[in-house]
Amino acid sequence: MEKPNLTYIHNLSGGDKEFKKKIISIIKEEYPEEINEYYTNFNLKNYSIAATNVHKLKHKISILGLEESYEIAAEYENNLKEGNSILSDKFEIILQNITDYLITL
Amino acid sequence: MKCIIIDDEATARTIIRQLCLSANNLNVVEEFPNAIQAIKYLNKNQVDLIFLDIHMPDFTGFDFIETLKTPPKIIITTSDRNLAIEAFEYDCIVDFLVKPIELPRFLKAIKKVEKTLSKKQIESTSVNEEKSDHELYVNIDRRLIKIDIPSIYLIEAKGDYIQVKTETKNYIVHSTLKKIEDKLPENSFLKVHRSYIINIKKIIDIEDNSVLIKKDIIPVSRSNRPELMKRLNLL
Repeated sequence: MEKPNLTYIHNLSGGDKEFKKKIISIIKEEYPEEINEYYTNFNLKNYSIAATNVHKLKHKISILGLEESYEIAAEYENNLKEGNSILSDKFEIILQNITDYLITL
Repeated sequence: MKCIIIDDEATARTIIRQLCLSANNLNVVEEFPNAIQAIKYLNKNQVDLIFLDIHMPDFTGFDFIETLKTPPKIIITTSDRNLAIEAFEYDCIVDFLVKPIELPRFLKAIKKVEKTLSKKQIESTSVNEEKSDHELYVNIDRRLIKIDIPSIYLIEAKGDYIQVKTETKNYIVHSTLKKIEDKLPENSFLKVHRSYIINIKKIIDIEDNSVLIKKDIIPVSRSNRPELMKRLNLL
């Protein structure tokens, strides 16, 4: 499984430590809220809304350098729009991977 | 160039702000988590450029553009590559950035905006902002008298006239509160009652439903109180 990284954030910061601290703190705050929203909608089988949640989460996935995971999320988002949840297990592994990583920051 | 950011994701707004720091001549004046708040802001303020997300709850970026009579230049920021074709159906959309946005691509988009915006337009916005933030000319007895805006602490409606109170002098002007309100910088002035606009930087204290400003006690209407409280730096 690919590992999340801070390469994008590091490049964006241009060495600005305050910015790095700030953006990591925002991600750590926003990410659990987005996940909860996703699980709520997914469990209620509100797949079209869950697709918008996945769409939003895709940004975090890409910021953390998870290219393969991003492709899976993009496919999953399209599937959900059509009412198909077949990639949900794979997507949940991606979410857990990020959760575990954010704890270490 | 004055710009605003509209995105429901705080992470995205913070990243765009950071990217803007790397571009010359970009001034992020506000950011909004939804399009409705941005529409309210644009009703009273002018900007040169908007960074706009498309996928937002309730009101999408495209819905937002449709509400604007004379939209400024817009750069779309989205995670959805598939929207590019639709985006370029709008003349105001200058570029389409796919998240995560890399700095070189961002700067290229800004150059495109600069090319489409004439220098004159950019200067005109800055000059207007400077004027309205510092001075105001009022017509009194056929003379145009300059009033230093930061020195104004209170404006009171008096029939067909308004009384403008400043640190040094008071003026009676044939005008309305609405007209003068539109000329004052929003961050300093607030209408707290149908007959009063105050400079919130000059408040001495607030008690129940009134504010003390200089020696004047000004009523605050119930409907305006939440906005006043929001503007205060409360401990």
